[in-house]
Amino acid sequence: MNPYLPREARIMERVEETPDIFTLRLRLTDAAAHEAYRFAPGQFNMVYLLGAGEVPISIVSVPGDAGLLDHTIRAVGRVTNGLAQLRTGDRVGIRGPFGRGWPMEQARGRDLVVVTGGLGCAPVVAVINLILAQRANFGHLTIIQGVKHSDELLWRPRYALWASLANVQVLLSADHGGPLWPWRVGRVTDVFDEAHLPSGAMAMLCGPEIMMQTAARLLSQRGISEDDIYLSLERNMQCAVGHCGHCQFGPDFVCRQGPVFAYPKIKQLFSVKGF
Amino acid sequence: MTSKSEHNSMFLPRPSLQRLLDALRGAGYRCVGPRVKDNAVLYLPISSADELPSGVEVDQAPGQYRVRESSPSPRQFAWANGPQALKPLLFAPRETIWRATRTAEGGLSFAEAAVQSEAIALIGARACDLAALALQDKHFLHGEFPDPYYAQRRERLFIVAVNCSHPAATCFCASTGDGPRASSGFDLALSELDEGFVIEAGSARGQPILDSLGLGPASAGQVEQALAESERAAAMQTRSLPSHNLRDALFMNLDHPRWAEVADRCLSCGNCTSVCPTCFCHVENAAPALSGTESEQVREWDSCFTRGHSHIHGYTVRPDTRTRYRQWLTHKLGSWHDQFGRSGCVGCGRCISWCPVGIDITEEASAVCGDDA
Repeated sequence: MNPYLPREARIMERVEETPDIFTLRLRLTDAAAHEAYRFAPGQFNMVYLLGAGEVPISIVSVPGDAGLLDHTIRAVGRVTNGLAQLRTGDRVGIRGPFGRGWPMEQARGRDLVVVTGGLGCAPVVAVINLILAQRANFGHLTIIQGVKHSDELLWRPRYALWASLANVQVLLSADHGGPLWPWRVGRVTDVFDEAHLPSGAMAMLCGPEIMMQTAARLLSQRGISEDDIYLSLERNMQCAVGHCGHCQFGPDFVCRQGPVFAYPKIKQLFSVKGF
Repeated sequence: MTSKSEHNSMFLPRPSLQRLLDALRGAGYRCVGPRVKDNAVLYLPISSADELPSGVEVDQAPGQYRVRESSPSPRQFAWANGPQALKPLLFAPRETIWRATRTAEGGLSFAEAAVQSEAIALIGARACDLAALALQDKHFLHGEFPDPYYAQRRERLFIVAVNCSHPAATCFCASTGDGPRASSGFDLALSELDEGFVIEAGSARGQPILDSLGLGPASAGQVEQALAESERAAAMQTRSLPSHNLRDALFMNLDHPRWAEVADRCLSCGNCTSVCPTCFCHVENAAPALSGTESEQVREWDSCFTRGHSHIHGYTVRPDTRTRYRQWLTHKLGSWHDQFGRSGCVGCGRCISWCPVGIDITEEASAVCGDDA
């Protein structure tokens, strides 16, 4: 089995999320391979565009529902700008899933806190969907999401829906709030004073590193054990199998030992510029 | 050394070296060995033992490599390593790994590229490079995702080691514990004496080749002299790295002023990572055909000294030479221990010789680690 070789996938649907963010809903052309495909929330695929190359994209579908493989992508570079041009019926290549996802087994039966910033919400939306789909298996859910501008909030109706559910708290903030923004204006870390952070909760963080650093510190100050804080890191992942060396973070290859890490594992180098 | 090696050690008279090459060719191998080309000792195809660098010696110093062809000695391996290790034979500097094609129906098909691997017998591998080879094997072959391209070449490589008797001033394999004598990882090993070679087999593939030469045993004196030359080669080395794990000392000193100081000298050119026999970083690029319906996926060696190495959209994790040199050294001598159970440095000294400004890894490591080492 050649770990570098992509498999063909068809775009079953393309969803425009914002002017520069879109979701490709994919199905492997090989029906048996699609049936057999399993992933955990937090894992990623390498998505290939003919002639342009591959990019690592986290899988945002709910695992196990045997549906499509959803990839929410921001058009920021050569490959992602190319992917943005594709339409339903077009083909891409995918390899995966790769990496270690969120610790869902340890999360069972516990209160959970999800902190995200910007498009960082994508890798944990699968977790939120999973938790809500299996509501009895989990305790209280606190969702904290920050964006730069209120226009950039993805899936706004979903947050409104989640906020209406029992045993769920949703706190949103935008650095710059536009018209009709009912939530907080300020940094995502500013809303922590309002957050329900039960002792013994597990936290999952994803987004800009400076935000995650502050969030990890605040959570720890509010009594959440550092061992119960998990973060998803982003690095230059090219081969996705720990060979090419680009995503090294101290002793770890982010594509293999990550992208989700327990905070104590990466704490020492997390705030050091250059790692 | 041991009675075992005396038992198994045979003697190959110098005029019979050609018979070894012929036996290897007869077994289906193409022989690759050291030859002088472009003023350096390079591994190139050889058909005759006469092509080996007879009477050649090499001077190396920080930022310097010079071949001297004036020695009256009959020896053909009296030089320390050139710029190449075994790495380019197995981990290709540039190769197509697969091809993508858009079909008439708009589909995409992916086809693995065939590896052009021929069975190669490499003559002259040094102990440091065998240690590096073991590390590259671990990286590319012994993980969860074995690399099929490396694997096919590795399977067909026959290694004739030559124990190093003439280390360069830049060498420090004795301090890393990787040389100058090859202890494992070879099919055959030679120790060069003036009149010929003490030869022993190190594998089940090597033994029948050795047997086919019909050689007589090496004398006790020849074996003793070969060992003495190895000991002398170790004693000659003036550079060293502490043999223990430097990880903690390096990571304790991430803010050391030496990083900025070495960054002022370092050109961030990547020569060190190219000649390093253990560096494994590589990049994948799409090379589309003009037709627009086909693209090759090409991988080639990359270096942590480039800007692109740590680039993610809108952000470069290591934007300057200080953080790049620090990444290289803390990885090579530090976090390598976590990943591979040993240091990533085998003491070959190439990064010192081939650095255009003569930066010396042993000097930098000791400056950064100081008393913490």
